[in-house]
Amino acid sequence: MREALIRLEKRPTPSKLWSWATPLVAVVATMIAGGLLFGALGTDPIVAIRTIFYDPLFGEFAFYYRGQLLVKAGPLILIAIGLSLGFRAGIWNIGAEGQYIMGAICGAAVGLAFYPLEIRWLIFPLVVISGALGGFLWAMIPGILRTRFNTNEILVSLLLVYVAEQILAWMALGPLRNPDGNGFPGSRNLAQYSSTSNQELIVGWGLHWGVVAALIAVIFAYVVLSRHILGLNIRLAGEAPRAARFAGVNPERLVLLCLGISGALAGLAGMFEVTGPSGQIGIDFNVGYGFTAIIVAFLGRLHPIGVMLAGLLMALTYIGGEAAQASLGLPAAAIQAFQGMLLFFLLAFDVLTNFRIRFGGRATA
Amino acid sequence: MNKRTLLAALMAATLGMPAMADGHEPLKVGFIYVGPIGDGGWTFEHHQGLLAVEEHFGDKVETVFQESVPEGADSERAMTQMALQGADIIFTTSFGFMDPTINVAGKFPDVKFEHATGYKRADNVSTYSARFYEGRAVQGHIAGKMTKTGKIGYIASFPIPEVIRGINAAYIHAKKANPAVEMNVIWVYTWFDPAKEADAAKALIDNGVDVVLQHTDSTAPQAAAAEAGVISFGQASDMIEYAPLPRVSSIIDNWAPYYIQRVQAVMDGTWVSTDTWDGIAPGMVEIGEITDAVPSDVKAEAEALRDAIASGEYHTFTGPLNKQDGSVWLAEGETADDGTLAGMGFYVEGITGDIPN
Repeated sequence: MREALIRLEKRPTPSKLWSWATPLVAVVATMIAGGLLFGALGTDPIVAIRTIFYDPLFGEFAFYYRGQLLVKAGPLILIAIGLSLGFRAGIWNIGAEGQYIMGAICGAAVGLAFYPLEIRWLIFPLVVISGALGGFLWAMIPGILRTRFNTNEILVSLLLVYVAEQILAWMALGPLRNPDGNGFPGSRNLAQYSSTSNQELIVGWGLHWGVVAALIAVIFAYVVLSRHILGLNIRLAGEAPRAARFAGVNPERLVLLCLGISGALAGLAGMFEVTGPSGQIGIDFNVGYGFTAIIVAFLGRLHPIGVMLAGLLMALTYIGGEAAQASLGLPAAAIQAFQGMLLFFLLAFDVLTNFRIRFGGRATA
Repeated sequence: MNKRTLLAALMAATLGMPAMADGHEPLKVGFIYVGPIGDGGWTFEHHQGLLAVEEHFGDKVETVFQESVPEGADSERAMTQMALQGADIIFTTSFGFMDPTINVAGKFPDVKFEHATGYKRADNVSTYSARFYEGRAVQGHIAGKMTKTGKIGYIASFPIPEVIRGINAAYIHAKKANPAVEMNVIWVYTWFDPAKEADAAKALIDNGVDVVLQHTDSTAPQAAAAEAGVISFGQASDMIEYAPLPRVSSIIDNWAPYYIQRVQAVMDGTWVSTDTWDGIAPGMVEIGEITDAVPSDVKAEAEALRDAIASGEYHTFTGPLNKQDGSVWLAEGETADDGTLAGMGFYVEGITGDIPN
């Protein structure tokens, strides 16, 4: 028999305070641990943290970085909003990366089918719809497999990412390859084709249609979750699945809806990226937004406003991290480790939401 | 003046700043890398070039680099960032950086850009690449002589002209050395992924291959070859740590002389947009030491081939050569022109399998 110095005691209900404080504590802990890491690599930790978190917002070149922050955060938020709806209901779409790719391919294919016609009012909306549809249909595969055959949507959606990557490579080398590209892989540049171009709406602001769509998605999700019966069903299904059944929630319909919405939003994100910042379908078009968005969704507590803030924060660590690489010579791996710490600390401190820490106290057997 | 033009003017004013160096500050030289500097291959060698620039110019230059930059929108930001921070010349060292380089170069007319392995140029954008295929010919000869099973394996990255040229060059010379030779190509769709590259090497070896060539950047295939007791060649970098076996020779990309020359040109104010495609002769492509695992007569033949290519007396693609479908490509004694080579999208006769697309 001995005294336990620190014990974890389960809270009767999750702490509201800690559920919101956790992300902030995690960010602070990441800064401290990251600072130590950078210090060990021979960089002044204060300078490193300032380069990552402060300079992009208020430093000498902030006029450029602020816009880039939106460019980077836009797709993250758009995807994470969709994922958060499903995650709340216990529906795990891990394959947003694949839906992002398929949205981009479908959008690009429709846009390029019209090349070189100049009818923007017709073509651009068609491209947008095709992008959403591409992501939606790709997400319907795990959806229908789950509702029909009770397969695991985590596994199916994740594995479909690798299928989508192969289709992407095939498209870049085959059907969508630029006929004027001397045989090199990659499609025509959609950002330079006026009918499909998704340029900044205000020069230097980074605000393109994808960012606007992300803002609309945040508002849409907020309204749905707080005011609409679908939001109630989603919350109920996540918190008390049995009660949800008794309350008449159709679980199959909910699975299809949640996967469909998140797929469509991921598809939109891919489409806005390929017609804007990225410009073309290439073999390495996808850079992991679909996976990073999972972190963003959890960092934002699956709440629309939280997701928006988390997306901006995540974008800041990317942009600031790149700046730290170039100006301080920090290795890329150190920056990735730094970003990884954020999720690690978030999950670690999440314990405090459900458990209380007791010092000393009762003897344990 | 409305807000938009004000903003544009502001940006133009700030963006113009880096060019106003007064000649006393060090020249700022930037590098954008697609992989990590420790990849032991492609990016490693570009980084050796950076180090050579530092060594050569001392405090007359300041170098910056960013590694593992994804191709696409992120690379555009990385380049913009370097230009904003006052880089005078930026080397973008992967094919996928092509459109971003052109875009950023348009915004910074006073910064010089150098894009590796691409085909789009502008007044302030040069392109440069190496005739790696010349080295492939030497490898192919050694491979043809060394194989006992008659099967040569080739780990290919992406079906782009550069990679297809390498496969053709290696096959043609392996076939000359050993008419019974057969080539197995595996496409891995990555430049750097040690796990995938190792899997590809193992698959080839399981299939009876006893010589492995790679057009990917990691040393994972070397390790797989060592384990299986077959022969391999260093790629992009010497990979000498795997000598004398499995690595019997290598193709080394030596960018240092080019980088020094281009940085010098910026200093002298003589930089102009150029298209450089150099091979063994000027030293951009080097053949790594052929180890004693190769019989001395084969080694001598390989070195003679290398020297013949360097002196210009022999061209890697000399007819008679047919395309895979049997149609005539080059007549007896005819050599390939650079235009065809730059856009090469076909196999030569004798290679089985299709180029994926």
